[in-house]
Amino acid sequence: MTASEPAAGQQAAGTTGPGASKATGTWSSRLARPRLAGAAGLVILIAAIGFFPLVFTNATATNFGVVTLIFVAVVAAWNLFSGFSGYLSLGHAVFYGTGAYFLVVAAKDWNFTNSSVFWLLPLAGLVAAVVAIPLGLIALRVRRHTFVVITIAYFFIAQLAASNLKVTGGSSGLLPPVPNYAASTFNNPFYYVAMLIAAASVALSWLIRRSRFGLQLRAIRDDEDRAAGLGVRAMPVKLSALVLSAFITGMAGALWVYFIGEAYPQFVFDPLFDLAVVLMGFFGGLGTVAGPVLGALVLEPTQLWLNLQESNGYSAEILFGALFLVVIIFLPRGVLPTGAEYLTSIRARIARRRSAEGGPPVPVPEPASQSTPAAGGTQ
Amino acid sequence: MTATLRAERVSKAFGGLQALADCSLAAEAGRITGLIGPNGSGKTTLFNAITGYERIDSGEVYLGDRRITGSPPQRVFAMGIGRTFQLTRIFPRLTVLENMLVPAQRGLSARQHREHAMELLAFTGIADHASALAGTLSYGQRKLLELSYVLVADPAVVLLDEPAGGVNPSLINHIADRIRELNEAGKTFLLVEHNMDFVMSLCDQVTVLDSGTVVASGTPAEVRADPRVLDAYLGGAPGDEIPGAASEPEASHG
Repeated sequence: MTASEPAAGQQAAGTTGPGASKATGTWSSRLARPRLAGAAGLVILIAAIGFFPLVFTNATATNFGVVTLIFVAVVAAWNLFSGFSGYLSLGHAVFYGTGAYFLVVAAKDWNFTNSSVFWLLPLAGLVAAVVAIPLGLIALRVRRHTFVVITIAYFFIAQLAASNLKVTGGSSGLLPPVPNYAASTFNNPFYYVAMLIAAASVALSWLIRRSRFGLQLRAIRDDEDRAAGLGVRAMPVKLSALVLSAFITGMAGALWVYFIGEAYPQFVFDPLFDLAVVLMGFFGGLGTVAGPVLGALVLEPTQLWLNLQESNGYSAEILFGALFLVVIIFLPRGVLPTGAEYLTSIRARIARRRSAEGGPPVPVPEPASQSTPAAGGTQ
Repeated sequence: MTATLRAERVSKAFGGLQALADCSLAAEAGRITGLIGPNGSGKTTLFNAITGYERIDSGEVYLGDRRITGSPPQRVFAMGIGRTFQLTRIFPRLTVLENMLVPAQRGLSARQHREHAMELLAFTGIADHASALAGTLSYGQRKLLELSYVLVADPAVVLLDEPAGGVNPSLINHIADRIRELNEAGKTFLLVEHNMDFVMSLCDQVTVLDSGTVVASGTPAEVRADPRVLDAYLGGAPGDEIPGAASEPEASHG
């Protein structure tokens, strides 16, 4: 390999924009402040979530909390596969439901009760992960719409099986054991286990986002064939992400079923579950780490609250359908990426005004993502 | 470090269209070989056949002594053949530096990987854009990025599909200089290009393809003087019927 040439940059004169070098020089300084603010925000968020059930002891509030944290875990897990790789799964309810049914059956067969049931969660995740392997091997051979359709088909197969198999109790369902927790703090153990799974899910997303594995996933999202031509072994990479995602989703499903205390096929394998997860992912920002958290924290309590307000419960679904349309049309990349872009453009405008007034020059950051209007669009 | 890339009697048909017919070609080790021919003559199809993007109906492809026929793209890449695409294919939502980190590399730490990537970006002249999203690059910069990340894993053979296509004249010279330097360092090149000045000044060997078959091969001077080449490339004398020149359905395929 030849040594690098410092003059090369100037030679490519025709390709270098006037403000380009100025902008890159300030990258590190631009990143420093948000990173510190981000770390502080994270600590506050974790503390707030941790103390929430101690402050709001009302059962409805903690109930909302448990379900919301379960959704944080699931949306982050869904995103670490679908958001990073661009393969939109509408079949995560399969993993959720598999984990749920496993927990109910295993707790009954192996006589797990009270808090010991929580030890079954990783096992439930494992079973869901195993279920993801055949789906991945089949569905990951095709892309985009075809992939989505196969995941939906897989979902309906699972739902049909759950309504008819003996092990799931068919359409009459199953009941998990009821823990003997005190009524006033009944939700708290569930809350903290949900918080643990959610934290693990988000931490895993963060780690993957920074890793070589995550880079390969995002390269696959952008151009899978090109990635293959650069040595990326796409199938193992995609399958690993799907299996990891299914593992967390299965754990979350198992916790959820233990919490709600009943397992009927139409709720355990619920198509609205998938739509809710996808909406939360899109809403916050597909392929980001914080986006799914935001989506779940905002939308799940809203949905639960709407369900409480209305006697029939349909209005929440209609509203969520409408919100889905609004997000896809106006915020296809999600609140966080669009918001970040908006902030960047405001900062650039302020900088321009300041330099026009003769003040100290402030570097104008490049609008980094202008060319990717469909970033959050269907892959 | 480097080895001769050979395609032997490669054939490929798309339905009724014979894109490649008994096409044989060699990119000699350490040389720059040009592949020219009218639109639709099968140049890009041959690239796809070599790099595993297209299954071939018959024939063999070898890198040195190793048979690579039918290997998938990631295997071909691992064996030391890198390629660029006619319509540049980069990862638009990754930064330029992240694009550089996609290619697999053996035995480098993350930091070495990064340093090596920055060296290459400096070499091709787009290091200033390392932290920009690749989707914001201009067309010429994308060409340079594609060339850069193909070089990351240090392939012995580099296939370039129209490296000068749609690029301004000063950048064309820049790209030609980079190719020459890499070649002097031992890399083998096989390139498809319509810019004749670029091909004739850069290549040691030129192979001419027409209707999926090699019609001529030799030094640039020899090829330029070959009447069959003029016939194939320029469509022959007025009034001549040249089957398959100029009027093929997949004109954009190269």
